[in-house]
Amino acid sequence: MMSVPRFWRKQVARYNLIGTHCANCGAYYYPPRNMCPKCRREGKLENFKFSGKGEVLTYTVIHTAAEGFEKQTPYVLAIVKLEEGPSLTSQIVADPKDMSIGMKVRPVFRKLGESGERGMIYYGTKFIPE
Amino acid sequence: MRDVAIIGVKTTRFGENWDVSLRDIITEAGVGALEDAGVAGEEIDSIIVGNMSGGQFIEQEHIGALIADYAGLAKELHVPATRVEAACASGGLALRQGIHSVASGLEDIVVAAGVEKMTDISSSSASTALAAAADREWEGIMGATFPGLYAMIARLHMHKYGTTSEQLAEVAVKNHANGVNNPIAQYRNKISVDDVLNSIMVADPLHIFDCSPITDGAAAVILAPADIAHKYTDTPIYVKATSQASDTIALHDRRDITTLDATVEASKRAFKMAKLTPGDIDLVEVHDCFTIAEICAIEDLGFVKKGDGGKFTEEGNTSIGGKIPVNTSGGLKACGHPVGATGIKQAVEVVEQLRGDAGKRQVDGAEVGMTHNVGGSGATAVVHIFSRNR
Amino acid sequence: MNAGIVSYGAYIPKYRIKVDEIARVWGDDANSLKSGLMVHEKSVPDFDEDTATIAVEAARYAVKRSDINAQRLGAVYTGSESHPYAVKPTSTIVAEAVGATPVMTAADYEFACKAGTAAIQTCMGLVQSGMIDLGMAIGADVAQGAPGDALEYTAAAGGVAFIIGSKESEFVAIIEDTYSFTTDTPDFWRREGMPYPEHGGRFTGEPGYFKHVTHAAKGLLSKMGTKPEDYNYAVFHQPNGKFPSRAASLLGFTKEQIKPGLVVPKLGNTYSGSCMMGIAATLDQAKSGDKIFATAFGSGAGADAFSITVTDKIDEIRNKAPTVMELLSNPIYVDYATYAKHKGKIRLA
Repeated sequence: MMSVPRFWRKQVARYNLIGTHCANCGAYYYPPRNMCPKCRREGKLENFKFSGKGEVLTYTVIHTAAEGFEKQTPYVLAIVKLEEGPSLTSQIVADPKDMSIGMKVRPVFRKLGESGERGMIYYGTKFIPE
Repeated sequence: MRDVAIIGVKTTRFGENWDVSLRDIITEAGVGALEDAGVAGEEIDSIIVGNMSGGQFIEQEHIGALIADYAGLAKELHVPATRVEAACASGGLALRQGIHSVASGLEDIVVAAGVEKMTDISSSSASTALAAAADREWEGIMGATFPGLYAMIARLHMHKYGTTSEQLAEVAVKNHANGVNNPIAQYRNKISVDDVLNSIMVADPLHIFDCSPITDGAAAVILAPADIAHKYTDTPIYVKATSQASDTIALHDRRDITTLDATVEASKRAFKMAKLTPGDIDLVEVHDCFTIAEICAIEDLGFVKKGDGGKFTEEGNTSIGGKIPVNTSGGLKACGHPVGATGIKQAVEVVEQLRGDAGKRQVDGAEVGMTHNVGGSGATAVVHIFSRNR
Repeated sequence: MNAGIVSYGAYIPKYRIKVDEIARVWGDDANSLKSGLMVHEKSVPDFDEDTATIAVEAARYAVKRSDINAQRLGAVYTGSESHPYAVKPTSTIVAEAVGATPVMTAADYEFACKAGTAAIQTCMGLVQSGMIDLGMAIGADVAQGAPGDALEYTAAAGGVAFIIGSKESEFVAIIEDTYSFTTDTPDFWRREGMPYPEHGGRFTGEPGYFKHVTHAAKGLLSKMGTKPEDYNYAVFHQPNGKFPSRAASLLGFTKEQIKPGLVVPKLGNTYSGSCMMGIAATLDQAKSGDKIFATAFGSGAGADAFSITVTDKIDEIRNKAPTVMELLSNPIYVDYATYAKHKGKIRLA
């Protein structure tokens, strides 16, 4: 897991799917960026709250977990394409048997993990089948 | 710019080498390469070493100085030593930086090396360390693992192109068959498609036998200006191209999940620099950290049309004796994957093949070879082309 | 000036475990438990759900149901006896996740199963005094019951959020009055650092639940000059099915009055969410002009009684977020081992 300030810095983006929109070229970014990769220095980035509607671009079912995720196996990890354009990596709260490429998903508020029993609990956005 | 040649090579035994530490294996590789080249310590202008994460694997940074010290090149000769890092492409990057230095005329004899000591920590801690090559803040925090990321590439590749688990398994089967004949390989046993398919699932659809192992190992090559290479060796191997390209750190930001655009671009740049085409390549060492990665690599490097990599492999085209032998060393899968060392080991394998020294895994008449080293899920790709002929 | 309910939202995890399955593990007689408790199954959180995530989901449904500008929320109070942190508020997590921060106040409440209604009363005071525009009161729990303890058959997971305001045009229900009855009665507790609560067994009944519920209810009826028959519906804290049924009959309410709000047989006891879930389920089907009498109970001990009248605005918002019945439908049943995994009863490292 991550240190407290490192997580907290982008906490609102994680809770509420707030990314960025470039007022210059119109592109949307999640995770948020400070510079538009298309317009670079000409870009005009502003915060943008995504609707959360998306579809599964691809997915896997993780059986050998990353450290700190051992309790969660098997868990579904996916790349979700948001309706506004950008894609993100998130867990899908679903039975692996129900997963398919192209399925529609919507966001839910879940625990992402914790720094042991004494440390911080990390919350954020996962997705569930629509 | 000067032409550059490789005049000496050495790879240590790859594997779980409990009895040796990082400084032991990198010294063994460096000394071996110097002996192979017949170069004295006094002649060395600099050392460039690729190392992904001494900090995480052995809690040791300042790897360059450590190596110069233990190689006996620090206290009296004060040889400059520089560590470079691009995750699993650190070795390829070290080679490229060394080539830059010699080509520029700034330095003549440069040791380009790579090393990783991965088994001093638990395998789960090693996996966490490796996951630092992905985007910790937006992939790792969600529970992404490296097998997980490549599994997502594999799933979509299967969905788009009809690639099968059996075809993925063929990559591992072929690389294990090659590893049998490589004395330094971590795994020297043959496996079958069924062995792969029946092995435990790590990240669906990737089984444990679709994944490269955790490995200790080091490799080194000695670089010299082509003009003086014959002073040291009868068979200098010439660097025809060095290229590198970047892509987004996170897999989810790629143009196409199943294509490593960094590989595509690095390949184009290398072929342009070498004035060669894929048809000119006699063998290639590609970055098969997972079986799907080899399928993508042969497609993205231009050896086979996008989407046809699975079928191409299944038909035996990538075996020794096939259209384009891939990973004659056993690849990352069977030879092992000490991440910082891999890019250098690939060059050592190609040099041995082009010299005609590859023994039972020799590709007949090999004149031109290529290496392809990837960092992360494809955020960095480093490609080199080597030839017997200047 | 009246306070009223401007919106509400409920959340129940999709997993359930049947009383029969828990009884199988402990060798208890499931049929006698089910008839004794009047509980057949209870909700189970997912492995990544806790009081904060449940509170956020309920709060987001409340914001969505009446299309509230969350920046109007001047206060967020979350009542629970299973706050994820002993120190560090759940309410700040909720406030951030609904977009209510930063010009607002927040705090967590604990009063066993009535912490959520205590939060409602606080919000009523704040909106009626004009200190805030809207306030959010949440009752949510991933209820704790020690393995093998009687509580394990009922301790469930769920949460409810109410948005309380003072603009009558916004009310979906007016809260006409509230009345509390509180004493120091140690019928149920959990010591700092302990994972599961302790309880006084049958002592939780007469001196705890029934004494406080009946005093609060009678107090409110007497204060307002109303009678049980003036109400269309009644809701009582429901640690099981028996207690609220008996309380209703002691006070003169009928089975029909408590039926829509009696969600415990299919849900279990959501502790701080319990009575509020009953109110939400009742609002889900009440009509304009219907009157609801509700009494929450919290061990320790106290009871909060409320008199509520539904307005015609209820029909506009009712279906803009899931109803309690919808949240209870299509559950996924789990076995005891999965339940233990989800609840973190299996310790790793």
